[in-house]
Amino acid sequence: MILLSLLAVPLAGGVAAFVVRSDAWRRRLLACAAILHTALTLAAWRIVPAPVLGEWLVLDRLGLFFLTITSLLFLACAVYGLHYLRTESAGRQEDAEESFLFVNAPEARFTGCLLLFLAAMTLVLATRHLAILWIGIEATTLASAPLIYFHRHHRSLEATWKYLLICSVGIALALLGIFFLALSASVESGASIPLTVDHFVGHAASLNGRWMKAAFLCFLVGYGTKMGLAPMHTWLPDAHSEAPSMVSALLSGALLNCAMVGILRLLPIYDAAGYAAFCQSLLVKFGLFSMLVAAVFIIAQRDFKRMLAYSSVEHMGILALGIGIGGLAKWGAVLHAVNHSLAKAMMFLLAGNILRIYKTKTIAEVKGMLRRAPVTAALWTAGFLAIAGAPPFGIFLSEFIILRGMFQGGHFWAGGAYLLLLSVIFVGMAGAVTSMTQGESCCEGDRVKEPFLSFAPSLVFAVFLLITGLWIPPFLQNAVEQASRIVGVF
Amino acid sequence: MLLSSWLFVVCAIFLSPLFAGIIHRTKAFFAGRSGVPLLQSYYDLWKLLHKSAVISRTTSAVFWMGPAVSLAALLTSLLLLPFGKTPAIFSFPGSFVVFAYLLAAGRFFVMSAALDTGSSFEGMGASREAQFGIFTEIALFLALTAVALRSGSFSLSDMSTLVTAQEWTGNLAVYGLAGLVLFAVFLTENARIPVDDPNTHLELTMIHEVMVLDHGGPDLGWILAADGLKLWIFGTLVLNAVLPPALAHGGLDFLARLAALAVLAVVTGAVESVMARLRLGRIPHLLTGAVAIAVIAIGLALR
Amino acid sequence: MDHFSDLILVALMLSAVALLGTSRIAGCIRISAAQGGLLALLLLCVRGTGSPYFWALAGGIAVLKGIVFPWLLRRAIRETDVQCENIPSVNYLLSLGWAAVSFAVASWISSLLSVPFHQAASPAVAAAVFMIFSGFFLIVARRLALMQVLGFVTLENGVYAFGLALAYDFPFLVELGILLDIFVAVFVMGIMVFRIHRAFDHIDTRQMTNLKDEP
Repeated sequence: MILLSLLAVPLAGGVAAFVVRSDAWRRRLLACAAILHTALTLAAWRIVPAPVLGEWLVLDRLGLFFLTITSLLFLACAVYGLHYLRTESAGRQEDAEESFLFVNAPEARFTGCLLLFLAAMTLVLATRHLAILWIGIEATTLASAPLIYFHRHHRSLEATWKYLLICSVGIALALLGIFFLALSASVESGASIPLTVDHFVGHAASLNGRWMKAAFLCFLVGYGTKMGLAPMHTWLPDAHSEAPSMVSALLSGALLNCAMVGILRLLPIYDAAGYAAFCQSLLVKFGLFSMLVAAVFIIAQRDFKRMLAYSSVEHMGILALGIGIGGLAKWGAVLHAVNHSLAKAMMFLLAGNILRIYKTKTIAEVKGMLRRAPVTAALWTAGFLAIAGAPPFGIFLSEFIILRGMFQGGHFWAGGAYLLLLSVIFVGMAGAVTSMTQGESCCEGDRVKEPFLSFAPSLVFAVFLLITGLWIPPFLQNAVEQASRIVGVF
Repeated sequence: MLLSSWLFVVCAIFLSPLFAGIIHRTKAFFAGRSGVPLLQSYYDLWKLLHKSAVISRTTSAVFWMGPAVSLAALLTSLLLLPFGKTPAIFSFPGSFVVFAYLLAAGRFFVMSAALDTGSSFEGMGASREAQFGIFTEIALFLALTAVALRSGSFSLSDMSTLVTAQEWTGNLAVYGLAGLVLFAVFLTENARIPVDDPNTHLELTMIHEVMVLDHGGPDLGWILAADGLKLWIFGTLVLNAVLPPALAHGGLDFLARLAALAVLAVVTGAVESVMARLRLGRIPHLLTGAVAIAVIAIGLALR
Repeated sequence: MDHFSDLILVALMLSAVALLGTSRIAGCIRISAAQGGLLALLLLCVRGTGSPYFWALAGGIAVLKGIVFPWLLRRAIRETDVQCENIPSVNYLLSLGWAAVSFAVASWISSLLSVPFHQAASPAVAAAVFMIFSGFFLIVARRLALMQVLGFVTLENGVYAFGLALAYDFPFLVELGILLDIFVAVFVMGIMVFRIHRAFDHIDTRQMTNLKDEP
């Protein structure tokens, strides 16, 4: 019941949003659907939802963990969106960077696709059946493409095209991975088994090694494209810089996690079949490479939204690294997923505010934020500290736990590289952020109005990150423990 | 069976001008004309052999060697060619390499004769012939390799005689693809549309015709005979790959294959009538596509 | 039936080669439609013509990939003047050379991954990997956005052909879900191509290079 309504609410809301004519009622619909979804998700922690449709829809602790993150993020973005959609005009606007006129997509399409996007992500997280998970991830790509194309001009069109093509290719590879995996079960006997994780774990002894390894490679490259691991990350900076900020927040904070869950679901199978080491080494390599690429591109970055996008690539690399190392680092990685999502969403929502105030995405043109928009500036600095891994924020703690896990496992070289890249990224981002907040405001020096709704979600997230940096609440500890246990016993 | 092998060679020599006649009549039928008589090539040969030739002063011995060597090479390669279940007169491992190089030798001498005239017009034809010859040789080798891998022997004769009906139906893809590639080679080597237009004498479209512009009299007669033989030889190659080794009775099989050659001539005429000639720059694409398909055939033959 | 499915896989490979060498847009769309028809035939060959469910699925695939997709794509470019792709990033000669090379690599990969329970050695793995490589190549080496969509469709067809020939019996709803996803993907891509033409006055993606980073 809960499971079905978790899917039905955003689905129905999305379809309704296309039909509703009045803007005000549509925004109310968005808010209501978001609140309802969050309430259902929190209720699922108490009342364990029963599987639906046989084995197809199952909400286990791992899925519920990430679903909570997604739902909370969506609620925050919906609240932000109430203000954002009101201020985005329906007529022609002037582009900040190139001074041409453009229009926005119809708001109905935006809201409808937003809710369908939530429904698709729920589908991804609420299943242990590999094919349904694939359908869900493909659906998220298709639902989020129109969202990126909200501001209708050639740059966002280019970004949407790259996103659509690259992610669809990746997901087609993941389908090949599913076929390979299915074949590995039947290649010797000719019999076939249902495509759920539990069935594969049960038959783990009889799976053909070569086909399994080929399958993992396909999955890692395929879902890794969606997750933002380098070198398949090329769609990320463009999509995040051209999409509206709340969409970027959702893409970075929720969608990348969903793609990662696609990979996490497979790990117990490989663990049971004895190929854990193979998977781990691949994950570590991709993780370190992603961090390296992010560090290289953050250093001389000129656009602050692209900087945040590369930071997402870095953090996904950290997540892959943590999962790959296993043990304590895996625990830390699951905690890191929460912290990163909150911090990234906070930063993107603030970036949206900065864009609205300064009408530019170039770092060099944003100066003196402390004088013009003090609340935003304060939160921006706090957010930078949070996302770059400075204490007392939560990300420092989770990155430290991962580091401890690495040293415990004896991966000293990897640990050294990890520390080095983190510092490089810190320095790169610090330069950008301080130049934005300090200094003389170049033009109109007056303080601007900062509506409450525009910074409220970020404030809440900042407070939460502060709390988790100092003390991990027991319910969070339990949740991380249960989720990481499902990932495998590496 | 040595008798049937010699019979094949005799048929090739005497029936090959008919091949061109069938193609012409088919094209005429498509165009709504009645066209030249079927035996026109024989009349042309007779006429040319009774004429005398005018030979340019700028040419040397290479000029008359061109047609002569070309015809000789083709006649020799006939001795290496099987015809379905009928083995070739000479058969040894690697005979298909000798076969290909005999054809190449013929081509080389015709090209040299063209260059020998000192005319830039014919030099242009020679250069085009060289360029496309590279691709056709690669395609020919690869296609024959694919068939050789399946039949288990690298002798051209064995490639055809050792293939059983079961083997053929089991590996239809390999033989079909090889036949397709050989058909592309057939169209190119014999200067058929879509590669070259044998009817026009415009600079734009000529490859083969332009090389033999200066020949006359008996020399032209040998060229004509060589053209017919080439059609026969490449047609046989295509049929060896495409037709299954079917009928048990040797004589009936022989006659059926002769009929199949006639059908191939009709098909060629049809292909020529329905397609347009490719732009000159696109011909390498056609041939590279044939090479790619030949590689696929080899890949399939290896499994 | 085994032989026939092998022939269809070979025909699919030939269609991929043809796609690599064709520059006329109308021809490419037709080849893509033919691939859809071949996939439907492959389904019937491998799974048998017994149950009506397979007929329905094959009919769905044939209609979707053979009729609906070409119609969508033709509509997307109806306003453009594009007849053929004249200057691709990699010229056609090299494209066909790539076809030969990538087939060799695909054969090597298929020799590593053997399928013991199949009686005759099926070219399914080689065909699928070859079509995936061809699809990748089209996406990377062609400039017209429409050719990139066709490259994606070829890639998807390759994966699907592998699934039909060798792998699992999905339940009906899951098959439908997969088909629906692919349909919506191509639909959205068609819309994007249309909008690219509107925004840029052409569908040449070489000129869509505004967003770039230098490290």
